[in-house]
Amino acid sequence: MSDAAALPAGRAAAPARFRRPSALPGFRLTFGITLTYLTLLVLLPLAVLLLRAASVGPAGLWALVTDDRNLAALKTSFGLSIAAAAIDAVFGLLIAWVLTRYRFPGRRIIDALVDLPFALPTAVAGIALASLYAPNGWIGEPLMALGIKVAYTPLGILVALVFVGLPFCVRTVQPLVAEIDRSSEEAAAILGASRFRALVTVILPPLIPAMLTGFALAFARAVGEYGSVIFVAGNLPYVSEIAPLLIVIKLEEFNYAGATAIAAVMLLMSFAALLAINLVQDFSRRRFGHV
Amino acid sequence: MSETTVPSVRGPAARGSGGAHAALTEPRPVRIALTFAAVAFLTLFLLLPFAVVFVEALSKGLGSYLDTFAEPDAQAAIRLTLLVAVIAVPLNVVFGLCASWAIAKFDFRGRNLLITLIDLPFSVSPVVAGLIYVLIFGAQGLFGPFLQRHGIEIIFAVPGIVLATMFVTFPFVARELIPLMQDQGTTDEEAALTLGASPWRVFRTVTLPNVRWALLYGVLLCNARAMGEFGAVSVVSGRIRGLTNTMPLHVEILYNEYNYVAAFGIASLLALLALVTLAGKTFLEWRHADALAGRGAH
Repeated sequence: MSDAAALPAGRAAAPARFRRPSALPGFRLTFGITLTYLTLLVLLPLAVLLLRAASVGPAGLWALVTDDRNLAALKTSFGLSIAAAAIDAVFGLLIAWVLTRYRFPGRRIIDALVDLPFALPTAVAGIALASLYAPNGWIGEPLMALGIKVAYTPLGILVALVFVGLPFCVRTVQPLVAEIDRSSEEAAAILGASRFRALVTVILPPLIPAMLTGFALAFARAVGEYGSVIFVAGNLPYVSEIAPLLIVIKLEEFNYAGATAIAAVMLLMSFAALLAINLVQDFSRRRFGHV
Repeated sequence: MSETTVPSVRGPAARGSGGAHAALTEPRPVRIALTFAAVAFLTLFLLLPFAVVFVEALSKGLGSYLDTFAEPDAQAAIRLTLLVAVIAVPLNVVFGLCASWAIAKFDFRGRNLLITLIDLPFSVSPVVAGLIYVLIFGAQGLFGPFLQRHGIEIIFAVPGIVLATMFVTFPFVARELIPLMQDQGTTDEEAALTLGASPWRVFRTVTLPNVRWALLYGVLLCNARAMGEFGAVSVVSGRIRGLTNTMPLHVEILYNEYNYVAAFGIASLLALLALVTLAGKTFLEWRHADALAGRGAH
């Protein structure tokens, strides 16, 4: 910020200036509005949360987070989010491949449908999934006959998390499938590789960074997901209770310190996921020349 | 790049497995099996949840479906949801335009950090988004005592709902505009300035028309999220019927009261909103693909 204030004086000469000179107007106004809005709405509130968590001290924070019920909820959230993101990554690749490479009736509509979890409010998805997978629901009833109970168990949470994460995994891989250089496939075929071998050794490797990015995005979304999960989870402590729900429960008990501690842990984990995404994309840009 | 690869991608796939291209695609049974697996997965996980909303809503007939919307509490929830969107979306449009102008048209230190920070709300749990405002404005919060003395209500009132909604919808417009405006560069604007146009006129007649489809795209997604947000809003709302109940929160209350027809009735309106959003989005991607840049996952 201090650099911005010193701008007019340093405009002509100094190489270590805050921004490159430009003929366009409006930088100070728009940059000022952007920074103010961002700081007031996002950065300060998040800082208050982290400060409040830190004010309890490391030992106090540790005690708050490692309470049995919290640990169970965090384990449920992280474990099921990893599982859901993995399912999404595999089926995301399959769906991206089918939608890009094959032609079949209804392909465009199905392609548009992939984004449904972005557009459908989570509460609507939640009650819809609960109705489908309930013991008397369209899917729940036949599964019940097989002895599989989905709704109101951890399996129900998994289904909801697969739902919310799927578009991330399809949309990160899809553009790369469309841009695959066909000549390397041709080369593999001419050199005598079977189609399966070409897929595994030539086509798949450049797609892996995108799959990892999709996995990380789906994971980050799943860990924080609330609305679509709580209706289908059953919310049994130690069994099917997710970390975001526990924050809500602590808040309703006016246990601010407890809620803040769990929130801080989740926040730090999502920052870690964000960092991981950036590292993967950085690697991919250097290794394959694309994100 | 795409000019050279797109035709060759389309070619063999469209022509099928015949002749010399057999080695460049999978055998026909494999293609059918893969397509079937993908469509089955999408039907199971996306299409059925969408369909069941309308089936449940209409399960007791059209009459009781329509009765849902005659309830005063339902109407209040619809009004509040519209009000929140009408405040939050335009504010995020102004922010998005400012942020993309500053970031895309100028080169300054810390630019990439700023882009990362703008995306931050996407990686924060909605519940945490609600919690941070409770910690600031709630009764035990930072400004709690001050607000109470002056009789200002933010948490468990409409301002808190608006704030939480603004937080979760914060990046939508900016992240559509930034990559596009970066691609477009500054030459158009510089030409207009050289020809003597005022800065405001440059923005209005040069920049804005260049980004209008991307802006609409961002507004569509921002609005869908603003009207559908549940987690963040549920933390700050207090769920007072008729007063601080948005449509998604009303769906929850009705569902927990086992009033399934009404719950799915309100949910069907939100599902229709999702459908309109998807249709608009698909149309923009199809008709104006070249006017939208850098689209990734949201």
